[in-house]
Amino acid sequence: MPVRYTGDIAEHNAVRTSAGLFDLSHMGEITVRGADAVAFLEYALVGRMGAVGLWRAKYTMLCAPDGGVIDDLVVYRRDWDHFVIVANASNKDTVLGELRDRAAGFQVTVADESLAIALVAVQGPRSEAIVTAMISRDADNIGPLPYYAATNVVLQGDIHAFVARTGYTGEDGFELFVGADEAVEVWRLALAIGGDALAPCGLSSRDTLRLEAGMPLYGQELTRETTPFAAGLGRVIAFGTDANPRGDFVGRAALEAARDAPPKRVLVGLVGDGRRSPRAGYAVTDAAGTVIGEVTSGAPSPTLGRPIGMAYVAPEASAVGAEVLIDVRGRGEAMTVAALPLYRRT
Amino acid sequence: MANVPEDLQYSAEHEWIDGEVTVGGEVTVGITEHAADALGDIVYVEGPALGSAVTAGEVCGELESTKAVSELYSPVTGTVTAVNEELAATPENINSDPFGTGWIFKVEVAEAPTELLDAAAYGELTA
Repeated sequence: MPVRYTGDIAEHNAVRTSAGLFDLSHMGEITVRGADAVAFLEYALVGRMGAVGLWRAKYTMLCAPDGGVIDDLVVYRRDWDHFVIVANASNKDTVLGELRDRAAGFQVTVADESLAIALVAVQGPRSEAIVTAMISRDADNIGPLPYYAATNVVLQGDIHAFVARTGYTGEDGFELFVGADEAVEVWRLALAIGGDALAPCGLSSRDTLRLEAGMPLYGQELTRETTPFAAGLGRVIAFGTDANPRGDFVGRAALEAARDAPPKRVLVGLVGDGRRSPRAGYAVTDAAGTVIGEVTSGAPSPTLGRPIGMAYVAPEASAVGAEVLIDVRGRGEAMTVAALPLYRRT
Repeated sequence: MANVPEDLQYSAEHEWIDGEVTVGGEVTVGITEHAADALGDIVYVEGPALGSAVTAGEVCGELESTKAVSELYSPVTGTVTAVNEELAATPENINSDPFGTGWIFKVEVAEAPTELLDAAAYGELTA
């Protein structure tokens, strides 16, 4: 995936107003198959994979025993005993190793299929029409497909694809899993169908789109030193209830403690009125210059036309509307704490 | 390949210099198409202040795109005689016309610089 094809802002705006095409083939695809697939994933991940229906997807995390996030994942259920885990490219080998370690004693096969599976995303308000037109068989399934659901289709050119209504842009959109050999053909098909309504999009627009949509990026908002709670994502952890108890899973004890302890820092959104943007690593200070947090992501928002960001700050400074200063290369820029997401599609 | 006009001089930090680079002469400074392409869509420019002193090879401002922030270096030593006020409203001119309307500032040269590149040498640097 290149940083850009034509221009960052044009690509970003295409996804917000029409549609964008992303080559996500760098992402890791790890498959889990076997009789114990559900029991294994319930032990290895923080979410309840047994509760994921056939052809449904779930956003979840792989946590360390100390509760730190090893990676955030989207898990797709392709059959009763067959799951596809999409991991961040830079974490794929770590995730694969962890899953294999945790698979001891379970009847499962954990396979790295990253090189065999290509992933192409069509995102934006016109994505449904474009993806529907790309399909030669079962096209009627696309329109009614709920968010975080998937279906098998045949694309023009007799290409079999697993299509999910998922994405990382804050817009309606689809992700198409196809064989690596067919990726180029699918890309060309999408461009031929989409025409002027579909812009190839690079990594730069992917980052500003997800930032506006308040979606965390591993390595920035999520790290080994972060629990899901600090990132405001405690809801992805299923501890179980009295009526519906859940067994042990890796990180459970540490995550229960994190849930019950007051947070040391909280992930917040930032919005500024100036021109200079916060960037990852910049200090957040109060009016007196005391450091109260750190920026994890930031950019000039193409949609909002102002600087935005996300930051970890002390809980007492995390209220929506709180005024903070960001140390932008030695000069304090006033910004306001804002609720995430910073952009929500209408 | 990015355009590298023959009639300009260049710095290793990707600024271009137009005009006679002699003591007392006025030169116009901008960033090259290669640099603008690498930064992506520029949304904010902070050049040196009018009348301020700039020093060859030292930071005198910053450029910000959606993707990145880059420092702006002065390729010559002297006094700033003009700044491109239009860039406040249209910073994208640096992307669309880096060697024309995307100029950033002008300097009255106080010291003849020693390390400028001609188009051929800059083209090699960025090849």
